[in-house]
Amino acid sequence: MTDTPVLSVRNLVVEIPTRRGILRPVDNVSYDIHAGEILGVVGESGAGKSMTGNAVIGLLDRPARITSGEILLSGQPIHNLKGEALRRLRGKKMGMIFQDPLTSLNPLLTVGDQLTETILEHLGVSQQQARERAIAALEEVGIPAARSRIDSYPHEFSGGMRQRVVIALALCAEPDLVIADEPTTALDVSVQAQIVALLKRLCRERGVAVMLVTHDMGVIAEAADRVAVMYAGRLAELGPVREVLTAARHPYTSGLMASTPLASQGHERLRQIPGAMPRLGNLPDGCAFHPRCDYAQDRCRRDPGPTLETCDGRAACWFPLGAERKQEVGA
Amino acid sequence: MSALIKVDHLTRVFDVSKPWLNRVIERLPRALLTAVSDVSFEIEENSVYALVGESGSGKSTIGKIVVGLVPPSEGAVEVEGVDLATETDAARVEAVRADIQMIFQDPYASLNPRWRVRDIIAEPVAAKGGDTRGLAEKLLEQVGLSARDADKYPHEFSGGQRQRICIARALASGPKIIVCDEPTSALDVSVQAQVLNLMSDLREELGLTYLFISHDLTVVHHMADRIGVLYLGRLVEEAPRDRLFDDPKHPYTRMLFDAAPRMDAFGREVDPPKGEIPDAINPPSGCAFHPRCPLAIDRCSRERPEMRRIGDTRVACHVAE
Ligand SMILES: Nc1ncnc2c1ncn2[C@@H]1O[C@H](COP(=O)(O)OP(=O)(O)OP(=O)(O)O)[C@@H](O)[C@H]1O
Ligand SMILES: Nc1ncnc2c1ncn2[C@@H]1O[C@H](COP(=O)(O)OP(=O)(O)OP(=O)(O)O)[C@@H](O)[C@H]1O
Ligand code: SF4
Ligand code: SF4
Ligand SMILES: [Mg+2]
Ligand SMILES: [Mg+2]
Repeated sequence: MTDTPVLSVRNLVVEIPTRRGILRPVDNVSYDIHAGEILGVVGESGAGKSMTGNAVIGLLDRPARITSGEILLSGQPIHNLKGEALRRLRGKKMGMIFQDPLTSLNPLLTVGDQLTETILEHLGVSQQQARERAIAALEEVGIPAARSRIDSYPHEFSGGMRQRVVIALALCAEPDLVIADEPTTALDVSVQAQIVALLKRLCRERGVAVMLVTHDMGVIAEAADRVAVMYAGRLAELGPVREVLTAARHPYTSGLMASTPLASQGHERLRQIPGAMPRLGNLPDGCAFHPRCDYAQDRCRRDPGPTLETCDGRAACWFPLGAERKQEVGA
Repeated sequence: MSALIKVDHLTRVFDVSKPWLNRVIERLPRALLTAVSDVSFEIEENSVYALVGESGSGKSTIGKIVVGLVPPSEGAVEVEGVDLATETDAARVEAVRADIQMIFQDPYASLNPRWRVRDIIAEPVAAKGGDTRGLAEKLLEQVGLSARDADKYPHEFSGGQRQRICIARALASGPKIIVCDEPTSALDVSVQAQVLNLMSDLREELGLTYLFISHDLTVVHHMADRIGVLYLGRLVEEAPRDRLFDDPKHPYTRMLFDAAPRMDAFGREVDPPKGEIPDAINPPSGCAFHPRCPLAIDRCSRERPEMRRIGDTRVACHVAE
């Protein structure tokens, strides 16, 4: 056991050149994920969650590209890798699970062929051993009668079963890091509960580091150890899940929590965050959240946008909530 | 209190067979899918009735039957005492149709991108030769947008604003009832809150009645007065909101509540539900939930449970009490 995080993202910037200027869907993002830890990533549509995940696994669609910052996998830089080296690393050290299982599965190959192919490529085992491992992988993710279903095609499985197959595929080469981008968003509540329980179990038993992107705060609360809240390409808040969700320091996090209906609220009006997230080409000066923020002051509009580093490390906000209390305790 | 909408033993069967020739060659039987099976409930005036259930449980089909977009196979829906599927008096049908409108999940797909917002909103009224002067502007302000937005096109708006435009259009004919099919499922939570608050305000201001369709239990809990739970096209339980959440009686309702992620359940270890939703073309015999039910007894696989009343809950289960 070492303390080196499995994944370390340092000041990552992703840019997209367009005719009307350069967009920054990921702007100076830094975070770590340790072995056996689930980092939840939340934020509104367009916040840059998928871009961040895709940058890590080297799957950015052109013209988006990493323009500065570092990505370290178990301490080794991987942001400069290209082509074959990147592809090998992706299968062996990093697995991925996307919202739509069909994007990760080849419709023309049986599930067994896809699993054995991946296992053969990354682990030095025989064909026969690979097949046995594939069956074990399917059993592990809860596919009933795996031995008899291994030669089925993806379309012969239900949506929930397909997502299990994708998880088996992501994990079969025993990666250190799994990026799961909205893995349960298209699934029903009961299937979602099964998949989340499965991810948690695999993370714990195998010590895999997981980046779990979702917009469902309930899923985050139940699954994540820490949570990163993104807004307009930047990290707004980063901290232990219970603290961030019950005592948010960033006004955006607090607004997100208050606008989510809670069983205890009854018919009371929901708190709403006014307006909508700005487009990337049209970000306000200063703190990008200031036009929607109840606590905005002159400094928020004037100074360059706050970051976790320039603030208290937890919330990228000049006037974080609950800070006075913290000072009192500290004094 | 009188029921504004009466859904009476509603059944809808879709023929999902392959074309005749394929069936002959591949020796396949006819395939019939029962999307809605013997569903009955009533919606009171100025209330919010929610239908919840997982994908394929028949929520949207019921919504479409209620507004008259899909005819029932059996049973009937009466809106203000008129059965849209059989009523022969054209004037009455017309009047009821104006009283009931529908809002869909996807605010992008349901707005014509080439029309100005003014024309989109006024269209239901213009189509009937009504007076549309100033109508769009008034409605835009009512849903929290600005009268100036009438000259813009849909692409100039965010998702939440587009759903407001859909709501404005639904309000144009002055309806009493709005069927909302997953109205906020495509929206971010902060924007969802804006739209849900708007819907609550309009209900009070205009005395609207909603049939609110959703798979999101927290949203349903927030919005509904009465809730019906569907499983494989069947209504398995129905109760006033607090009753249902405090004391769910049907084993499926309990499973659904236990599985739903909770924001206050840090690191909760759920015992995930067993099995999957069965194929709607060949549903299990008797109680459709019996293969997954922890309480199932012999009788459950043989006999479909009737709706029973227990206090103010209605439940279709042999053992619930
Ligand atoms: N080719 C492109 N040109 C311009 N902007 C782009 C391009 N691709 C993505 N973007 C923008 O990058 C931003 C980040 O997108 P990303 O997909 O990471 O968001 P997200 O947080 O995953 O959102 P969602 O919850 O909708 O999946 C968005 O504002 C998007 O509009
Ligand atoms: N026009 C149609 N032809 C054939 N089958 C249909 C048709 N419309 C719906 N179905 C089937 O009827 C069943 C119920 O569908 P419905 O759309 O009402 O479910 P739902 O509860 O709204 O699901 P979702 O949450 O996915 O929207 C499903 O099995 C569906 O495939
Ligand atoms: S920096 Fe200012 S505008 Fe930004 S979130 Fe904090 S208080 Fe609000
Ligand atoms: S009728 Fe039987 S199988 Fe159906 S829910 Fe009740 S106990 Fe379970
Ligand atoms: Mg995304
Ligand atoms: Mg539907």
